[in-house]
Amino acid sequence: MLRPRIIPCLLVRNKGLVKTVKFKEGKYVGDPINAVKIFNEKEVDELILLDIDATRLSAEPDYSLIQRVAAECRMPLCYGGGVRALDSARKIIGLGVEKVAVSAAAIRTPELVSQIAREVGCQSVVVVLDALRKRFGSRWEVVTHNGTERTGLCPIELAASMERRGAGEIVVNAVDRDGVMQGYDLELAQRIREATSVPLTILGGAGSLGDIEELVGKFGIIGAAAGSLFVFKGPYKAVLINYPDQTVRDRLSVVAARTVTRVEA
Amino acid sequence: MIGILDYGLGNILAFQNIFKRVNVAVTVVSDPDELARVSKLVLPGVGAFDHAMDLFERSGLRRPVEDRVLGGDLPVIGVCVGMQMLAESSDEGVRPGLGWVPGRVLKLDGSRVAHATRLPHMGWNDVRILAQQPLFDGLSGGWRFYFLHSYYFEAASARSVLAVADYGGEFACAVQRENVYGVQFHPEKSHHFGAMLLKNFAERA
Repeated sequence: MLRPRIIPCLLVRNKGLVKTVKFKEGKYVGDPINAVKIFNEKEVDELILLDIDATRLSAEPDYSLIQRVAAECRMPLCYGGGVRALDSARKIIGLGVEKVAVSAAAIRTPELVSQIAREVGCQSVVVVLDALRKRFGSRWEVVTHNGTERTGLCPIELAASMERRGAGEIVVNAVDRDGVMQGYDLELAQRIREATSVPLTILGGAGSLGDIEELVGKFGIIGAAAGSLFVFKGPYKAVLINYPDQTVRDRLSVVAARTVTRVEA
Repeated sequence: MIGILDYGLGNILAFQNIFKRVNVAVTVVSDPDELARVSKLVLPGVGAFDHAMDLFERSGLRRPVEDRVLGGDLPVIGVCVGMQMLAESSDEGVRPGLGWVPGRVLKLDGSRVAHATRLPHMGWNDVRILAQQPLFDGLSGGWRFYFLHSYYFEAASARSVLAVADYGGEFACAVQRENVYGVQFHPEKSHHFGAMLLKNFAERA
């Protein structure tokens, strides 16, 4: 039985890890390699590592950091941040990263997604869409460059077109839920799910295992990613890397299986 | 000593780290001299089938590896696309495969799964062992591995299939013919399950 994927998402800034709130602030939460070591011990399903400054500063990905993280990871790794060209994607996959994520560059040049997919295979190309909910109604706009640039584009349409271009996974990050820890944007998740058929990962808003259970209960097989939930503990957000143990994850898999069976019936 | 074949694809470092962690002597093999020093070989692979076959051909390593593998002297395990390369052909490309394990590579039928996610098959899935043999020794509970693929190996003979996984129907996720092994999942990224399997390959296969 395939299981839902429960994925810590780590944000890199100046070689350290930070955690943002609505893409702002950026509290230092530790060293990437150290965090990976702890997540290895906890046997996490997968890991997402995003460099949140590379695109904004027009910098290249930090290949030496990526290589060290990839070599340390005993679980699949998805890297994103500053990937603008096929060469760079090829290099990152060559460093031992399973999946390479693109966002701003893919939105500007959708052909990039097809190029990368042809070379490394669809299964290794992830498109990350940062979606900002508009003030009124059920509408969202995709933003890039760590939330500083608006695109005017709808994430639902964009997700579908990225899938057609060859993306093997879509990660949707709800900007206004980032670091808020009060639940996923299930409506956004629903709309993107209906528009796509590749694996989908939802990020932004998870504040408890209950939030993950709700997502998995609604969608069955899905990626439930979280930042704050897996790096903070307690009401004062003390930094403490954590992850649900196998018993809890087995229970979430049962919840997912039940949902899949229900949909099938 | 076990060798990781470096022909430009796959996570060489991750394999090295796992073998070191389970106390198996390991080295990277990127030329025929290095090949002569190893007694077992991992054939990693990611990406598109033709690209992987191209790189293997161009590396100049295919002939010396093939001589030892087909001579029965070198146990080899293909991983992910490395497993698919063992087949005679793949629907993903036009190049012939190695043909070390009779079979062909076909695309998974995403319309047969019960959930909205079709392809690729991505994530942790249970594996059902058909033929109890050394590769899957040592774990009392179930085996579970990380999968990331859209194509699968259809073995010509059912006897080649060691284990299956279910994705809209069961497919072969581990095959073997004599000294040639292949696994579709990623043992190098599957925590203690993968470490155990790779250790078994090194010590018992």
